[in-house]
Amino acid sequence: MKYLIAALLCLQFHSISYGQDMMELIKKVKAKLDQVNDYVAEGNMKTDVAFIKAPVGKVKVYYKKPNRFKLKRDGGISILPKGGVTVNMSTLIEGDAFLALAAGDAEVNHVKVKVVKLIPTAQNSDIVLSTLYIDVARLLILKASTTTKENGSFEIEMNYGKYESYGLPDKLNFSFNTKDYKMPKGIALEFDDEEKQTEAEKIRRKKGSVQINYSKYTINQGIAESLFK
Amino acid sequence: MFQLLQIELYKIFRRPRTYISFAAITALIGIIQLGLLRDGTAYVEFMMTNVMQTFSFDGKILNGYLVCYVLLQLLLVHVPLLIALVAADMVSGEANMGTLRLLLTKPFSRTEFLLAKFMASAIYTFLLLVWIAFLALFVSMFMFGTDDMVIQKTNYIVQLPVQDVFWRYTGAFCFAFLAMLTVSALGFFLSLFAENSIGPIVTTMSVIIFFTILSTMSIPLFQKIQPFLFTTHMVNWKEFFDPKVNADNAIIIGSIQKPGRIITSSLVLVAHVVGFVVASIVLFRKKDILS
Repeated sequence: MKYLIAALLCLQFHSISYGQDMMELIKKVKAKLDQVNDYVAEGNMKTDVAFIKAPVGKVKVYYKKPNRFKLKRDGGISILPKGGVTVNMSTLIEGDAFLALAAGDAEVNHVKVKVVKLIPTAQNSDIVLSTLYIDVARLLILKASTTTKENGSFEIEMNYGKYESYGLPDKLNFSFNTKDYKMPKGIALEFDDEEKQTEAEKIRRKKGSVQINYSKYTINQGIAESLFK
Repeated sequence: MFQLLQIELYKIFRRPRTYISFAAITALIGIIQLGLLRDGTAYVEFMMTNVMQTFSFDGKILNGYLVCYVLLQLLLVHVPLLIALVAADMVSGEANMGTLRLLLTKPFSRTEFLLAKFMASAIYTFLLLVWIAFLALFVSMFMFGTDDMVIQKTNYIVQLPVQDVFWRYTGAFCFAFLAMLTVSALGFFLSLFAENSIGPIVTTMSVIIFFTILSTMSIPLFQKIQPFLFTTHMVNWKEFFDPKVNADNAIIIGSIQKPGRIITSSLVLVAHVVGFVVASIVLFRKKDILS
């Protein structure tokens, strides 16, 4: 009996310490991201949603601590999935109102990563659960899957390059679920026969992605508050 | 021939009825523009409710290009009725006034006489479309500014970059001219069979309304005959606003998804115009002119 109690206590202690390890890891990642107070990034954005025909466009992304984020198309209209693209890594791990739990090891793009589950402790948080895939050696988040209350689930994958030391990605791929789109023929005034959708097409129409390739970051040069209005 | 054309144009533009169309178009476009200027955002939100649940739009969706598209969607179904007012009166109007026999005593062949009348109604149709283009496109651009054009099709949404829109409107208006010319030719053809203007005008309107209803209803029986109705082809100006996409699902600037459909519809409409005009000439040459 004594041994059983001792074994259970060890297990409990191990999980607490493992959870603390994850909090430490998150803190280190956060410290890296905290070097950036603000940035203006330039890049190309491509929206890949089966029922949206949109051009590849130049975008400017503005970020200011703690959670101000604005994406502007360089001339033209930007169509973005609600809620998601404006979430960046800093906002995901902002503050410490979450529990970080270890969820094992995995590989993202042939890089070994630690899987960390973040559970917000604040009751009014829109995020229900985030799973981060962290490259421990470089202290970079390579992938994040998030489930929200209002805006569904989405996944962000990041590739790093020139701005790796700041934890800022060169390429960001944002995948999300979407509702299928349909408009009555009478309103669209289209009289031609509809092409029947295959099952694969129907599934494709329920997924979408936004890809941003950043070409340049201007970091910590200050940004006017008016840009976020 | 040119002299005949001048006389016919003079006659058209001397009649107050001619200006009803211009006045009606001006009033209709003006009212819609004012309405959209005041409550356009609510209109756009209503139209895009479905997609706005998932996506957020940043930019000026309600711009001159979109307003013009909305106006054309509404107008190009109804403008034929205004064109019929003039085209269906071309020969029957003369018969009604008793001037047809007198006109044919002049040293011009019946073919020349008829061609001059048709060309005059074609010029009227052209001017009406130019007026629509001026009000719907240029005035809207002035009132609402320009930006990318976001339009909704049955199965997808299209975003056209601002620099890729104007040439599409040029093509769409050229196509619309062909569509309206078909209506003009139909009205002109029907005007041969009556001694007063009301009959051909009402008949032209009835044919267009009847065919348009058949074209719009997605009933399998009607769908079989839809490709043979000119009203089905008249709305294909919209194809100019449907670009191709590449393997990455990004639109290709300056492309059209189904150019074949525009070509086919244009040929069908040209065939109708030629058919109606030739039929008019053949019938008119054999006709006993008693009025």
